[in-house]
Amino acid sequence: MSVETETVSGRPGNGEAVREIGAAVLRVLIPVLLALIIGGVILLILGKDPLAYYGYVLDRGLMKAGGRQETFTRMAPLLLIAAGLIVAFRAGIWNLGGDGQFLLAAVITAALAPALIAFLPRGLTLIACMIVAIAVAAIWSLVPAILKARYGVNEIVTSLMMSFLGTSFANVLIKLFFWDPTTTVPQTRSLPVEDRLPRLFDTTVHAGILIALAVVILVHLMMTRTAFGLKLQVVGANPRAAIHAGLNVGRLTIATFALSAGLIGLGGSVEILGVWGVVRADWNPAFGLLVVPLVFLARFNGYAVIGFTLFFSALMIGGESAARRVGVPQDFVLVLVALLLIFLALVEYLDHVRRKRVAA
Amino acid sequence: MSGDQALLDERGGGDSGQVAPVAAVRNITKRFPGVLANDKVSLDFRAGEIHVLLGENGAGKSTLIGILAGMLRPDEGEILIGGTSVKIASPRESLERGIGTVFQHVLLVPSLTVIENLMLGGPWWQALGSGAALKRFRELSALLGVEIDADALVGRLSLGEQQQVEIMRALWRGEKVLILDEPTSMLTPQGVRDLAQVMRRLRDKGVALILITHKLMEAYELGDRITVLRLGRVVGQIPPDRRRTMSEADTTDEVIRMMFGTRAEHERDAEILTGHGRRAHRHRAVDRSAPPRLSARALQTAAGRGECPLREVSFDLWPGEILGIAGVDGNGQKHLAELLAGQRPAAAGSLKLGEMDVTADRVPERRRHGIRYVTDERVGEGTVGPFSVATNLVLKEIGQAPYWRRGLSDWDFIHDHARVQIRQHDIRTPSERTAVAKLSGGNIQKVLLARELNEDAGVVIFNKPTYGLDLQNTRIAHDRILASAGRGMAVIVISTDLDELLELSDRIGVMFQGRMTGIVDNGADVERRVGILMTGAEAA
Repeated sequence: MSVETETVSGRPGNGEAVREIGAAVLRVLIPVLLALIIGGVILLILGKDPLAYYGYVLDRGLMKAGGRQETFTRMAPLLLIAAGLIVAFRAGIWNLGGDGQFLLAAVITAALAPALIAFLPRGLTLIACMIVAIAVAAIWSLVPAILKARYGVNEIVTSLMMSFLGTSFANVLIKLFFWDPTTTVPQTRSLPVEDRLPRLFDTTVHAGILIALAVVILVHLMMTRTAFGLKLQVVGANPRAAIHAGLNVGRLTIATFALSAGLIGLGGSVEILGVWGVVRADWNPAFGLLVVPLVFLARFNGYAVIGFTLFFSALMIGGESAARRVGVPQDFVLVLVALLLIFLALVEYLDHVRRKRVAA
Repeated sequence: MSGDQALLDERGGGDSGQVAPVAAVRNITKRFPGVLANDKVSLDFRAGEIHVLLGENGAGKSTLIGILAGMLRPDEGEILIGGTSVKIASPRESLERGIGTVFQHVLLVPSLTVIENLMLGGPWWQALGSGAALKRFRELSALLGVEIDADALVGRLSLGEQQQVEIMRALWRGEKVLILDEPTSMLTPQGVRDLAQVMRRLRDKGVALILITHKLMEAYELGDRITVLRLGRVVGQIPPDRRRTMSEADTTDEVIRMMFGTRAEHERDAEILTGHGRRAHRHRAVDRSAPPRLSARALQTAAGRGECPLREVSFDLWPGEILGIAGVDGNGQKHLAELLAGQRPAAAGSLKLGEMDVTADRVPERRRHGIRYVTDERVGEGTVGPFSVATNLVLKEIGQAPYWRRGLSDWDFIHDHARVQIRQHDIRTPSERTAVAKLSGGNIQKVLLARELNEDAGVVIFNKPTYGLDLQNTRIAHDRILASAGRGMAVIVISTDLDELLELSDRIGVMFQGRMTGIVDNGADVERRVGILMTGAEAA
């Protein structure tokens, strides 16, 4: 899939802008519709009622209050991961180590929070946990970052490897150091519900969603309105131009990795502080790689990624109960996402060909 | 030339009406957005004839070649091969029909051998170095009259030899038509002579050659038939029988009249085009009693694969002086430019700016001290294509006042600044927000010039400043270079075009295999001396 770096300062004129936005919306809507249709055909082949499935997804994921709250709750970690990925991808750095960074941060949070709450007030405990989690994830990303900056080692491979190491290491940490002695299954001590992130109003949605939304918007503004963001984009769009312009590409690479991993780590921390309060040794939601396609769908745009995350969360939450009711595997959601990606790439390609033909 | 004319006469090829063309285009029209690249172009290409297509950048030569080579499809018109109308849908089809194209840049794989490169487009089941391939290779070697080892690695060959391999590859599947797109731009004077010999030989063996050039001298020396293109149209043609009766001066006059209308108004264009008139060497008094602005001492660089490092390069450069750097491409010029700009660290040696040692400084510090670098890779590293003209104009000042305050971008100010620069430097762009990649080469160069040449510039390095530019933009770039020196900047111009250096430079340094083999004052006999230095003859 080709990714055009958005021209930060190159906003076109008004009429053109409207047309551009319209075209962008169509480029997303057409694949979504096609994915739903083909997904429906697959359900028909399986002998299930696609309308019932989609109905349940919509009902459970968005319409019912409980499902809606779950959807919003799920958005928090996904958005924070997306924010981290946007920073990296815009700088042309493929940080695929999100799962390891996420899980290590989560485990550290789960280990630290019950210990700190004993002598610190709730607010300080939560903030301290988040900061430590960010730092841990950032440090974990230093290995691929330095290898890339110093020796030009491909970060896709190294960050993926570090991700496997990270998830295993998180498991080991729980079993060796953080195992709550009162439990038989290896897991950390748990943070009492009343000490977790505050709930919003009368819902089950915790404050993490606000943190996540703020971070995504801040990341978007950072990329489009600051010198640092522009430097990252120059490195991402044309690394040789970055060297030519005298940017310290090595230092920017390390900073990008640290920031990206830190935000993903914050996602892990928020998920623990808001939802679980504890990490079991076998827990790994593997959100990291799920978010990668969403970030591509949003073309690295912070605002667009909010919409896609909402869509995907609703699909995940609604899909769980719809799958149970209609009798298809839960992973059918992933089939839909995969179809969406394929059609997105296809529409993108056709659009590219059309433009080329117009240009020729 | 007289010998060739005799040959032509013997074959009677001079009379254009009698030999049926091997290939021809009829009423070819090709449109790009906002541009009519080819407008009803009709041309004949005959066996045993070198047909020169002359024209400025944007005249439509490349489009026409692209159509013949199967890379573009015409909107209207037809291509005739041996009298029948054909459609050429891909480069492969073009080759199969016996039309071979040698592009400006070498498109061979340096790590493969000659025969492997030649067999690249061949059927997959054929063993490398098979008998049939070797036979074809020997046939073509004989045809071209060259001797190249089939098993030599292409990367080890000289540029001239690589070009000969390119020609072989173009003729590999048939030798009806050979298209050469600006083939001399990468060659040494000797290489150009060898190429001319090969071209005449192929012509005499009955190949139809198409030579694309913007150098009038080449057109006159090599062309049997000269066609001039302007703005996508054929504006004139000198057929072989007339060409033979005309002197060089007459030909030049006539071609320039076709290209520009009247001669008097365009005296300088003509000079640039023909390379004549430049013989009036630039020679101004540079005050060398003052201390130099820039002193390089025994500079060395470390080389990556396929790069030519610097070896103990030393020179001094005074304010107001233009030092030309000549040499065949790939003899360390790139490293020299990058090292001076601060993009590439020095492995040894020192660089002083006035009294200040700047050896350890990188791009931002050197830029602050007034060292500017106008890169030859305008698209590769000079600009970020998808970013706006405005962003590219401040690309080297990201994070600095007044465009950024406390790290926050002042886009309004950046756009205002860009509008002023666009007006001042006559950058033709729809808007300051347009992606720079959408601009023409000449306008991208203007963006670079606007970015690098401001009041604070003290030393400017121009790397191939007019490479790929058309006449008008070449003239603008030359004016800017001369004006920079006039304002007291110390200027280095790196170029593979010796004529350009003769026009601009006070002194000319010559690079050969990473060494500065000599620096000579611009003046009488300088071409010969530079030519000798370019081959490394005086290096030892």
